[in-house]
Amino acid sequence: MPRLPAPPLPKGLRPRPKPPGDDNGAGVADTLDPLEAGVTAVDWIDERTSLTPVGRWLLFRKVPRGVNWYYTLGSATLFAFLNQAVTGVFLAMYYRPDASGGAYESVRYITTDAFLGQFVRGMHKWGASVMIILIFLHMGRVFFFGAYKYPRELTWIIGVVLLILTLAMGFTGYLLPLDQRAYWATVVGVNINAGGPFIGPYLSNFLFGGADFGATTLSRFYAIHMLIIPGAIVALIGAHLYLVTKLGITAPPWLKAEPEKQFQPETDV
Amino acid sequence: MPGAFEGETVTRRRFMVGVANGAGALAAAAFTLPALAFAVGPVFSHEQWTWQPIGPSSDFPNDNFVTRVIQIQQGPLGAAGNVNNTLAYVRTRNPAIDTEPEDQYNHWIALSSRCMHLGCPVRWTPAAARFICPCHGGVYDIRGMVAGGPPVRPLDRFYTRFNHATGLVEVGPRYSVNSELRRFSPRYPGEPLDGIGQYLYPRQFAQPKPPPGVSQKK
Repeated sequence: MPRLPAPPLPKGLRPRPKPPGDDNGAGVADTLDPLEAGVTAVDWIDERTSLTPVGRWLLFRKVPRGVNWYYTLGSATLFAFLNQAVTGVFLAMYYRPDASGGAYESVRYITTDAFLGQFVRGMHKWGASVMIILIFLHMGRVFFFGAYKYPRELTWIIGVVLLILTLAMGFTGYLLPLDQRAYWATVVGVNINAGGPFIGPYLSNFLFGGADFGATTLSRFYAIHMLIIPGAIVALIGAHLYLVTKLGITAPPWLKAEPEKQFQPETDV
Repeated sequence: MPGAFEGETVTRRRFMVGVANGAGALAAAAFTLPALAFAVGPVFSHEQWTWQPIGPSSDFPNDNFVTRVIQIQQGPLGAAGNVNNTLAYVRTRNPAIDTEPEDQYNHWIALSSRCMHLGCPVRWTPAAARFICPCHGGVYDIRGMVAGGPPVRPLDRFYTRFNHATGLVEVGPRYSVNSELRRFSPRYPGEPLDGIGQYLYPRQFAQPKPPPGVSQKK
């Protein structure tokens, strides 16, 4: 069998020449081929976890005819969330949830002094709006394509919970710069919460951490923003994707279903 | 339910499953419930209030307002810089316009700057003799009564008193009023206190107690 010429590899990656002497040790050198190291590591993990079929189940699945760019809005939302998660984690390295002035000062430091701080904060700030816009586009696609119908109702319900959680992320995140806009927007938002009959005032007490905006309100919002809601969102995205994979995706509504083949007793029996 | 022997109602397997699940639930509750109570605690703990001096009585005219920045006390962590400040508009009681009954806590009328629509800060405009809210156009007169716009009740007030030891006027806890200036325990903005509103929005546990000897509706 004719072989392709070997690519010009750097010295470290070239296959080792066979050791001199008898060939009884043949094969030992082959297993040490550095080009194969990645494959061996994956094999090692896969032998112990059997994850490859899971990955294939998740990624290499059948999709109906006629899928189009609108079907990528869900993935786009996922990547918007990942952008928020990654930039948020690193913003937390500089941010200080201190209501007596430290929070504003730390945001000022991130924006004006820290290397790439304005860029990373901008990604988080504008990414938040992008994520909400993408969610609504994704939701519109699912609604107008009728993809929420049986058997995908639970996927829709989880998606609505994810939407509410994302809006809560927007509300709690808005306070964190602790400038005038953040402060008064939060005061107004919590007062709107208080407008709910019977439980509204107590819900607002809970959000403020007392009767009024105070020393612990900011740290409360920070904990909700970076720990409680993201945890819930990650778990629910997992459930959402599991259902999407398990149930498959719908064909666009303008595609006619395959005409049912008529049962013909003469030939089919 | 088939048992291992006559009359057995719970099989061993069922019993063991129950014990394992129960132990797991107990262990989860052991850290979840205290943590939840810890987070919800501020809803049920009374906030403390100290009387804050705002100046001698000669500072306050009876036909115009003087502003005073006061501190909202909150929890053991206390003041947190500017976020704990709030503004009071103070004037001397004027019997010609203030028709609500007089007692030892309203010789000076201290109005909260918090708009009763959604809580933005209102500003006193002397030329118009009106409080005007910048957010959604709430308007109040010199008594804090609603003169226009979306607010659902008159401006909140603070109890005031004269401290004979220091010779200074002092500001006490906040209270809310309905359209007849009847005193209620503090409510959030946007919660009406006339008619059914006073029952839809019950008293909060976290609000500070009124000074002794005051009739304030819950």
